[in-house]
Amino acid sequence: MTGVYVGMPAFPTAARAATRNAQLRANLTRATHTIRDRRARAVAELEDWEGLRQAGKAIKDETLAHLDDYLLQLEAKVTEAGGTVHWARDADEANRIVTELIRATGGSDDQPHEVVKVKSMATQEIGLNEHLAAEGISAYETDLAELIVQLGDDLPSHILVPAIHKNRTEIRDIFRERMGEWGRPAPEGLTDTPADLAEAARLHLREKFLRAKVAVSGANFMVAETGTLVVLESEGNGRMCLTLPETLISVVGIEKIVPTWRDLEVFLQLLPRSSTAERMNPYTTMWTGTHEGDGPKQFHLVLLDNGRTQTLADEVGRQALRCIRCSACLNVCPVYERAGGHAYGSAYPGPIGAILTPQLRGTASELDASLPYASSLCGACFEACPVAIDIPEVLLHLRERVGREAKEHGGHRLERAAMKAATYAMTHPAVYRAAENAAVRARKLIPKKVPFGAGKAWTETRDLPELPEQTFRQWWKETHR
Amino acid sequence: MNPTASSAREEILARIRAASGDAPSTDARIINRDYLAAHVETDLVDLLAENLTDYRARVYRAAAPADVAVIVAGLLHGPRLVVPDGVPDAWIPAEATALRDQPALDPATLDLTHAVLTGCALAIAETGTIVLDGGPGQGRRALTLVPDHHICVVRCPEQVVASIPQALPLLDPTRPQTWIAGPSATSDIELDRVEGVHGPRLLDVILLAARS
Repeated sequence: MTGVYVGMPAFPTAARAATRNAQLRANLTRATHTIRDRRARAVAELEDWEGLRQAGKAIKDETLAHLDDYLLQLEAKVTEAGGTVHWARDADEANRIVTELIRATGGSDDQPHEVVKVKSMATQEIGLNEHLAAEGISAYETDLAELIVQLGDDLPSHILVPAIHKNRTEIRDIFRERMGEWGRPAPEGLTDTPADLAEAARLHLREKFLRAKVAVSGANFMVAETGTLVVLESEGNGRMCLTLPETLISVVGIEKIVPTWRDLEVFLQLLPRSSTAERMNPYTTMWTGTHEGDGPKQFHLVLLDNGRTQTLADEVGRQALRCIRCSACLNVCPVYERAGGHAYGSAYPGPIGAILTPQLRGTASELDASLPYASSLCGACFEACPVAIDIPEVLLHLRERVGREAKEHGGHRLERAAMKAATYAMTHPAVYRAAENAAVRARKLIPKKVPFGAGKAWTETRDLPELPEQTFRQWWKETHR
Repeated sequence: MNPTASSAREEILARIRAASGDAPSTDARIINRDYLAAHVETDLVDLLAENLTDYRARVYRAAAPADVAVIVAGLLHGPRLVVPDGVPDAWIPAEATALRDQPALDPATLDLTHAVLTGCALAIAETGTIVLDGGPGQGRRALTLVPDHHICVVRCPEQVVASIPQALPLLDPTRPQTWIAGPSATSDIELDRVEGVHGPRLLDVILLAARS
């Protein structure tokens, strides 16, 4: 996993900067609480939610247990249906493949290469936009929030609502100042009402959709049995990208497979309700290879590893690959709510980011080593997860790993970064209260196995009714100087 | 396939096999599906209407095909109406200028139309969803995407199923599908829901009763 977020400070530093930003915190608090409440209502409508959740978990575990079989099945079906399948070991390889495919579609000095893009976590993870820009190819993000982020030279802060950290006035200013540089300028006298801002985005992007020759997407699901790809969205920008251009290139992580067509019945119920708290999202597109007379004439599927197979090799950590990117865990996380998405330093913020990023990238950097500590272990993420990823279990597992590796390689540098993150999570009263109130305090996970000083101290403080901040710091000084 | 590409494939597959070596090598692969095939059984058409309305689609009821034309005439904001092959003539109001997709209408032309009138493959009551699969009366995907107003006719009750688990076995994965639940919407700005970004900003659904 390579760097969109190069040079990001380790979690605690970034988190402290973010918590000082009152605007950001207000936006985040309102947003996460709103989605959280809506989601609870949407989930409560289904009396069989727990059954769906367990089936979702079981289907993903089956997928991971026989991933080679399913990938080969998928490859055969996509190819049979007129698509072309490519395999990418890492970000560089995926970026290179996509660049070559775009170049192969023609283009000239008069008509430079450009592509329209549907919001995709995988392409953020590999830094595709930055790579394409360096190659002289303009990539236009078409999801409204991604557009806001792109026009504002910003980074996404939430999986589902990437511009959650911007309010309407900030968005209006970005549109007024920047739209003209990218294409059709914002309308005169643009106000900051959401309807006006959405209309400005519609006008700005429509000319790009109508002339686009190439689109780049991700996918929410790939069905091995049929070779079908599935994209869920709300705005219709996805449909535009998946339908109008002549060439479609989809970059998808190898874990996004479900074995059978029938399996979609589970995930099409779990994902919208967990993600946007809707019974069904406004638009879902499904395609299988190419379709005569309908949609792109060329379809390329780039299957991305980029750390997924090394994650798969970890018996405890591999459950992170069940993730369907709904973002429910972000919205219930007291640490995310205070720190914001940017502090996690990757495309994947929040609790899932804290276990996925260090596994995809490894824990050699201070940032990645600190991520498993960016949690109060309150367990709300596990409760909210529609595929039952035991995030606290994986966090503890990774802390153990960071501790071991710190001893072997990184020494005190990594250990310090990790401890600062833990201190951050433990010393913010709201965060800690959430941890205290959590039902999972008595979990089997309370570690016997966190071996090094910092982790051990952490577990020792778990049983105290309140966390004495000063004492902890004093302890830290005494034992580490 | 060039040698590098081929080796990437082989290498990834080898890594997977090494990584999941501890997986049980069972052929059973049975998933415990301890969930419901449907959450409701009766009054599906009413439920469909309710859930469509809840997501800001406008819903109308027609007792006969000729009523469809009357309703459509009242909904149009202008005469240029895209009509895919297979839409019954009885649905098309006399005052509309029907644009056929023969030869294929280009996106710029579609952008200048006022509405598109289609049927559907089926509708799902519990989630308020209509599904299009390019079958008769539905056209290719661009036809229901570029025009700003989509009018969709659902034959009731035969095209209405209760749930997603009931819908999937009736759909053919080899056909391109668009599932639609309400008009285009976004909640990206302070989580305020706004109807209409890039897809059709108006979605009208006409529930056409079977001849009794």
